[in-house]
Amino acid sequence: MARVVVDVVLKPEILDPQGQAIVGALRRLDINGVTDVRQGKHFELEVDDSVDEQTITRLADTLLANPVIENFTIRRG
Amino acid sequence: MPPRIGVVTFPGSLDDRDAARAVRFAGAEAVPLWHADTSLHDVEAVILPGGFSYGDYLRAGAIARFSPVMESVIAAANDGLPVLGICNGFQVLCEAHLLPGALQGNAARRFVCKEQLLRIENTATPWTSGYRPGQEVVIPIKNMDGCYVADERTLDELESSGRVVARYLDGNPNGSYRDIAGVCNAAGNVVGLMPHPEHAIDALTGPGTDGLGFFLSFTGVAA
Repeated sequence: MARVVVDVVLKPEILDPQGQAIVGALRRLDINGVTDVRQGKHFELEVDDSVDEQTITRLADTLLANPVIENFTIRRG
Repeated sequence: MPPRIGVVTFPGSLDDRDAARAVRFAGAEAVPLWHADTSLHDVEAVILPGGFSYGDYLRAGAIARFSPVMESVIAAANDGLPVLGICNGFQVLCEAHLLPGALQGNAARRFVCKEQLLRIENTATPWTSGYRPGQEVVIPIKNMDGCYVADERTLDELESSGRVVARYLDGNPNGSYRDIAGVCNAAGNVVGLMPHPEHAIDALTGPGTDGLGFFLSFTGVAA
């Protein structure tokens, strides 16, 4: 068994209203200097050793992320 | 024999019954299709209704896109079967890559529910052939994830090929890029739109009858 972490974030050209709302909230908290926030999703997968890299990439590319609007990164935890 | 139009029910679909009612109003037979059944029961068209399929977990439409019925819908759509996705159905069609782009959370981060003025821009699809080019219609919109997004190249291609089916007028309710309310695929048989034409088919249950044209367009062709 191994832990695989997949992080999914919106592509830079796609508007992120939730991230912008967080920027607004930070200003209201008097926390200055944070100019941009991009909110994403973090997945932790417990996978058998038999699951190869290609399969992990495929599941990230077809289900965990929508490649039309999102980028993803995979790392073994 | 009236044309047979399938209406899919996913777990979490809300507007399947209204869609079936609209199909009957247009003189067609509404055939219920179940998400777990791969058979399309020889229907001549399919409607994916509004709602929150599979709870819209992960992303709106992301789980529904892999349901058994969608395997058949995707194959049939690629063979030319007319498919209309409304609201959540539009999201499912984008997730299935039958339509370009994606639906994101509304720019104002609020659920929107209102009567919306639209302009029908493409009347060459099986679902819009009954409208006049440029016809303005009032159709309700109700969504959380209704912001249509795509990269600039895709948007330019949609515009230049006339694949923007409907556009918001008098204000953009959800931040959709270029005020896009609905698009179609290159062949024109697959149409997705955020507004709900099935909620505008009679004065009793909607703001008017402007939405009935989507269903009459199909039955008019098939009759």
